[in-house]
Amino acid sequence: MIGVGQLVLAALLVPTCGAGLIALCHRTPDLRDAVTVATAGLLLWIVAALLPGVLAGDRPALALITVLPGLDLALEVESFGMLFALLASGLWLVTSLYSIGYLRANHELRQTRFHACFALALAATTGLAFAGNLFTLFLFYELLTLVTYPLVTHHGGDEARRAGRTYLGLLMGTSIMLLLPAVVFIAAVAGTTDFRPGGILAGRVDGVALAGLLALCVFGIGKAALMPVHRWLPAAMVAPAPVSALLHAVAVVKAGVFSVVKVLVFTFGIEPLAAAGGSDWLVYVAGFTIMAASLVALNADNLKRRLAYSTVSQLSYVIMSAALLAPLSLIAAVLHIAAHALGKITLFFAAGAIYTASHKTEVSQLDGIGRRMPWTMGAFAVGALSMIGLPPAAGFVSKWYMLSGAMSGPSISGTQWVAVAVIVGSTLLNAGYFLPIIFRAFFRLPVAGDVPAHGEAPWPMVIALTTTATGTILLFFMPGVPLALARQMLGGG
Amino acid sequence: MTLVQQLPVLVAVVPLAAAPVALLLRNRHLAFLVVLAASGFAFGASVLLWQQVAGSGPVSYAIGSWPPPWGIEYRVDRLASFFLVLVSGMAALVLSWGRASLEAEIPAGQHYLFYTLFALCLTGLLGIAVSGDAFNIFVFLEISSLSTYVLIAMGRDRRALAASYNYLIMGTIGATFIVIGIGLLYLMTGTLNLADIAARMPAVEGSRPVLAALAFLTVGLSLKMALFPLHQWLPNAYTHAPSVVSSFLAATATKVSVYVLLRFYFEVFGESQVFDRLPLEQVMLCLALAGMFAASAVAIFQTDLKRLFAYSSVGQMGYIILGLSFDSVTGLTATIVHVFNHAITKGAIFMLLGGVALSMGGVTLPRVQGLARVMPLTAFGLVVCGLSLIGVPGTAGFVSKWYLVKAALEGGQWWLVFLVVGSSLLAVIYVWRVVEAAYFHAPRADLVAAVEAPLSMLVPAGLLVAGTVYFGLETTFTVGSAAEAASVLLGVPR
Amino acid sequence: MSLAGHFSYFATISLMIAGLFIVMARGNLIKKLVGLGIFQTSVYLLYVAPGKLIGGTAPIIQEGFAVYANPLPHVLILTAIVVGVATLALGLALVVRIREAYGSIEEDDILAKDRE
Repeated sequence: MIGVGQLVLAALLVPTCGAGLIALCHRTPDLRDAVTVATAGLLLWIVAALLPGVLAGDRPALALITVLPGLDLALEVESFGMLFALLASGLWLVTSLYSIGYLRANHELRQTRFHACFALALAATTGLAFAGNLFTLFLFYELLTLVTYPLVTHHGGDEARRAGRTYLGLLMGTSIMLLLPAVVFIAAVAGTTDFRPGGILAGRVDGVALAGLLALCVFGIGKAALMPVHRWLPAAMVAPAPVSALLHAVAVVKAGVFSVVKVLVFTFGIEPLAAAGGSDWLVYVAGFTIMAASLVALNADNLKRRLAYSTVSQLSYVIMSAALLAPLSLIAAVLHIAAHALGKITLFFAAGAIYTASHKTEVSQLDGIGRRMPWTMGAFAVGALSMIGLPPAAGFVSKWYMLSGAMSGPSISGTQWVAVAVIVGSTLLNAGYFLPIIFRAFFRLPVAGDVPAHGEAPWPMVIALTTTATGTILLFFMPGVPLALARQMLGGG
Repeated sequence: MTLVQQLPVLVAVVPLAAAPVALLLRNRHLAFLVVLAASGFAFGASVLLWQQVAGSGPVSYAIGSWPPPWGIEYRVDRLASFFLVLVSGMAALVLSWGRASLEAEIPAGQHYLFYTLFALCLTGLLGIAVSGDAFNIFVFLEISSLSTYVLIAMGRDRRALAASYNYLIMGTIGATFIVIGIGLLYLMTGTLNLADIAARMPAVEGSRPVLAALAFLTVGLSLKMALFPLHQWLPNAYTHAPSVVSSFLAATATKVSVYVLLRFYFEVFGESQVFDRLPLEQVMLCLALAGMFAASAVAIFQTDLKRLFAYSSVGQMGYIILGLSFDSVTGLTATIVHVFNHAITKGAIFMLLGGVALSMGGVTLPRVQGLARVMPLTAFGLVVCGLSLIGVPGTAGFVSKWYLVKAALEGGQWWLVFLVVGSSLLAVIYVWRVVEAAYFHAPRADLVAAVEAPLSMLVPAGLLVAGTVYFGLETTFTVGSAAEAASVLLGVPR
Repeated sequence: MSLAGHFSYFATISLMIAGLFIVMARGNLIKKLVGLGIFQTSVYLLYVAPGKLIGGTAPIIQEGFAVYANPLPHVLILTAIVVGVATLALGLALVVRIREAYGSIEEDDILAKDRE
């Protein structure tokens, strides 16, 4: 029988070794792709095996090595990380299926490197999810940036290189410039960087210093794409669709908001932060990001760009909710990570499927495409509903909690009113940039004769995107597991 | 006396004895074996000494049994043993790596001379580390410097000659400044034994000649360690020297000067004199910052990779000196750790570049385009080392940066924290120029057929690359020794 | 102490400055080495001069002699002279090689040729 600790380690090693195997199989593409799917399946199985224990209140922990005094490489599975790992590994399985279809249909080069880096990215994401302290989180955060760099620049060439520069420059720049000093400072004042319920900074830092430290952390985690450090996200959209789908809708950006929420809850602690009012400013910054990004999305004609800015705004929902610090809004933040992941990956899958089948990239070209690709556009519609926050999609649940959280408490403060206004206003904007796409796709006639007739994309891609769309709807009806995990995170776990 | 008690002297004498043997053998294979054996012995002896010092305190050895302070004393303490391990280890590794590179870059008839000089250079560097006598340190410094000048002049390009000549002029000026400093100290205290000078220092503390000695030593050693703006000799010397020489120098030569500076500052003069009587704290801080930014910025615009990383070395020297200027245990730990971490990182980089030079015929940016295609392992190694230069967690460079930032925080110098991390961003830029050339371009048409460097070069270089990751995660040896040495230097009990 | 009492130091420092000036100001590689030689020699003086005591004798303990000259500086400087000679020889050898390779021993010419 394998111990739980080994299981945690296995969750890191499986994708790492998988990457090695994938690289070894570069001569036989079929075997390589089989290895990819098998690794993804194995990882999901391992992570799922951890779930019952965590739901029952177990916190499997594993200390690896002590790098410096007070600075350990340690893993600990708590409920929030569990949810994130589950999400990432589950969606990886779907994405690996999708990307096999995508890469083959588009005759992409360097497929082995692609799959290998993808597996490594998942290893980094799992490590980040299971990080037992801020230092470990920082380590995996940087690793994630590095292993996704080859994916972002997959196409090679000047455009990819420029995008790669922005990607790496912003993410690494912010993390080294801002996050690293914050980590060192936290380690210096608290003597540890462990994640503990209630935080480790209580009584050690307060007032303006606390707000400043939070700013270093939040802007230092550039992956959370809070304005003005969001520019890497639209730039990274030059990557192939599966990369955008998993990494820039799920793994990378969610790693960002996951880290922000984790730091907020387990390093700063909700109560000290609320007492000092250290996160009020964050509500305004995140609110601004939501509105501004939505406005940009409204004007973007390129489908992936529109989705990218939509991601920027949706990420800030998570940050804004978390920054409100009310229990309900923290649950909303956690739920929204899951809901947005499922919804946004569906949308990106659909965008990639449209590109593969018809080579269309602009919204204005999509007239009537719903008739040729009913499954794809049906799934797209589900994803869009989730983004807007309408039933029966998962986005509705998280937005419900978000509004409840924003209006909770004995009296509603000005900050909370701002949050409510932002949520309502941005919902309208979301509807404004998603509904026209659905309208075009289904209710307009295609411009006659401009492209050769085409049907759906290859079957692995269609299966993948219908799976995630179904997941979005399922999460609406059965939000039990994420909700339970979110409650655990608040309740002393 | 048993052999073990003789180790402090043998560690320097064995390479010294190997030099004439290699010269007389006149056979490049035998010379190689002799010198390799000598450096291997030195490494083994250094590790033994390190263990001995860690276990039972400093080892003192009186040359010719003349008790110090009359005779010359060799003294190995925590700091010295740490540097001994570093220098001898790098020497053994670089030698075992460098044969193939040497065959390509130096005429076969000169090989035995190369090995002779290499052994002399090693003798000098190790001697500096063990010696507890000020004048003896100068002599060893000159032994290593003179052999270095010749080693650099062995480069293929005629510019190597000019570089060597320039280094000779500047290095000799530096060395003469050091002798002047030592002379002034001798005039004031009447002794040359470092410990003895330190003991007599209180009587003359703050007097003008002593402060002048401090100033002369500072300038002379700064020249030797290429502290900005006295670094002019370094880029040319590293660029045009044979690859083996660049690798060895980048890893050891300037570092040993840092060692001497630490000895004089904290043991002989004492920090109150260095930092209070003279404004060296501010001076060093400014020079370190200027070096970190200016040299790294210059590195960005280089097209020759050896030169690029040579400028990066000048920038990294800024970090080393910055740690020293904090005048705290944490800062000094950062200095010593960074000496080690930077040595292995830069050593690895120059070794990898040596492999590239062998396979692709040069290391200019246009030439190494598509490196990842033809030499994937080498390219990957360069990326890992580049990350260490940037200071990404999980690499050795991160550990040093961590301590630097921590020292700045302890000193309450918030603005410095951001300067330290900000200068890493310059490293991101110059490292990424290399990465983009290696990964985003097709190899030049005539170089498509280039292959990986031979295994004899890949293995030692790979070991060092692995070392940059290993010492980024397992820091018992590096940080442990450094922190111990730092607290001894500052006289703070741990 | 009078100016004359510090005479040796003034001589030392004048030589030091003169030597260093030549190294910096001259473009001819041989002249630079000459300057370097003067600079180093001044240091020999710095060491040796204080070793001499007026009325002092060779440091052999014997009745009737109370003041001895210090021999140690002489020994040290003997070493330094060796080092200096080695440096000079090496420098000159390099100049010969440079002349073979560049056809000139003027710094400006060499720099100009390197820029080509």
